[in-house]
Amino acid sequence: MTEEKKTYTFTTRSKVVSNKKMTFMEKIYFPAIIKGMLITFSHLFKKKTTIQYPEVKRNIAEIYRGKHVLKRDDEGRERCTACGLCALSCPAEAITMIAAERKADEMHLYREEKYAKVYEINMLRCIFCGLCEEACPKEAIFLTNEIVPSNYERENFIYGKDKLVEPMDKDKRIDISKRQTTAVLEFKKDKNQSHNN
Amino acid sequence: MEEKKNHIEAEHKIFGPEDFEKNYSTLNLGPTHPATHGIFQNILTMNGETIEGAEQTIGYIHRAFEKIAERRPFYQITPLTDRLNYCSSPINNIGWHMTVEKLLGVKTSKRIDYMRIIIMELARITDHLICNSVIGVDSGALTGFIYLFQEREKVYDIYEEICGARLTTNLGRIGGFERDFTPSVIKKINDFLNGLPKVLKQFENLLIRNRIFMDRTIDVGAISAERALNYGFTGPCLRATGVDYDVRVMNSYSSYNDFDFIVPVGTNGDTYDRFCVRQEEMWQSIKLVKNALENLPEGNYHMDVPEFYLPPKEDVYSKMEPLIWHFKIVMGEIEVPVGEVYHSVEGGNGELGFYLVSDGGRTPYRLHFRRPGFIYYQAYPEMIKGSVLSDAILTMSSMNIIAGELDA
Ligand code: SF4
Ligand code: SF4
Repeated sequence: MTEEKKTYTFTTRSKVVSNKKMTFMEKIYFPAIIKGMLITFSHLFKKKTTIQYPEVKRNIAEIYRGKHVLKRDDEGRERCTACGLCALSCPAEAITMIAAERKADEMHLYREEKYAKVYEINMLRCIFCGLCEEACPKEAIFLTNEIVPSNYERENFIYGKDKLVEPMDKDKRIDISKRQTTAVLEFKKDKNQSHNN
Repeated sequence: MEEKKNHIEAEHKIFGPEDFEKNYSTLNLGPTHPATHGIFQNILTMNGETIEGAEQTIGYIHRAFEKIAERRPFYQITPLTDRLNYCSSPINNIGWHMTVEKLLGVKTSKRIDYMRIIIMELARITDHLICNSVIGVDSGALTGFIYLFQEREKVYDIYEEICGARLTTNLGRIGGFERDFTPSVIKKINDFLNGLPKVLKQFENLLIRNRIFMDRTIDVGAISAERALNYGFTGPCLRATGVDYDVRVMNSYSSYNDFDFIVPVGTNGDTYDRFCVRQEEMWQSIKLVKNALENLPEGNYHMDVPEFYLPPKEDVYSKMEPLIWHFKIVMGEIEVPVGEVYHSVEGGNGELGFYLVSDGGRTPYRLHFRRPGFIYYQAYPEMIKGSVLSDAILTMSSMNIIAGELDA
């Protein structure tokens, strides 16, 4: 006695796609093996897709979310004002900072009167989500398309300001303009805005 | 003495007392077995090569995401969803964004919907590429896997161009996207769509009508439509049994009903059916992405969601009011409606649901992820009972259970 097979159809779009009946040619599986072999052999003559890594490097997208950078403004003052939004927005709780008040003789070092004395990102905790970059209201923190290098010691993955703040030297500054919208780039040309000078 | 008795009782629960008279052996399949592609443990009772019983263990990589989510503002939950089914994380991200939008009552524009369709279908292709090529590997055909993985890399390049990351994407924002598709993204998508059919066809030539593959997969790990429905199967695993349930059609979201596509079904829910259903779904996804890309309307890439979408940066840098909003959003001090919502999307391997209870605070009061893999795994012992060990491995990979999603 064969059981009646119940069918469930909810839509009019369904189509049975698997065919389990084998033809005679498929039963003698030799043709299939030869076909498979031919496909594999044809790949011998195709262009290689592997990249010879240390010598050749893949193009990484400009907006890649990699190692962080703390920006300086045009005059080389650190932009960060230690508002703490980046630490607050970090889902991995990777950012720690201690704020301090700017002294009179530090005007050339820090842009705002409050600054981050200690600013640490634990790269082992960080998940490179990019939320800190989005949260920063001072254009201070950005992710870059560099990858955090490996290391032997856990302590060395806690990046302090020595590793995060970009170099003072104008030529060595890190260009993040590709990550910003055109409206922001347009806005940055306006030197009357207090943000830009 | 007491302890020993308890121990024997516990063992009896797994194997049954009569099993001790027979000469069964116990085999630990997993948790770190290379063939299981993830952290799954199954305690198998073997009679020679045949599996007499199985008991699955869960929780090896449980990270308590649902609990963590109760302490996180809504926008910080997106990175958590990345880590559910990491083979198709953009679907999880977008599913979560749509859940919050549903709670807020935000209606997204056609452009955002179509952009989302493009990304979600690309993610579905990668998910199925991985699953199907791994079915090939587990049945002994490693070559196809290598050809297909090259295509997956291309999709990851597309993600990288859109959001900046490849695997854990954190793509999109509540209310739209963080940035628009650039011309290079469109070009990469088009290149991918032009290249994929050839590779996919070649892969099908290698496997789909090959007798060795068919013998290995037909009637392996079969489950009837009734049993599958009772367990709560969804996605390709349910469609393989012949039930044409697809969330995209039944409960359309993100303007999926603007497009016409076929819902492929199988016949008796075995591994070969699951393979064929996924294969056809990839063809349908290619069509969907093409259609969506052609009909992509002009417009903004995000909606006006003042509760969640950050104000434009140039305003934040220069004006007081946007700056205050920016602070409020990032700190999560915004007002959300009180209520419960359930939203589900057709994930890479089934219906991925988000059940969100909000008490109006900055974090969800309760959040539950309906993970399809968790449900498939319940049926696994039943599906492998009576088969041989190598078929059990094939069954597991064909269900596409992802450890990250199983344990959440
Ligand atoms: S980096 Fe930006 S967000 Fe973080 S403390 Fe500094 S100014 Fe605030
Ligand atoms: S990228 Fe994400 S995880 Fe890393 S420091 Fe920024 S917010 Fe935290």
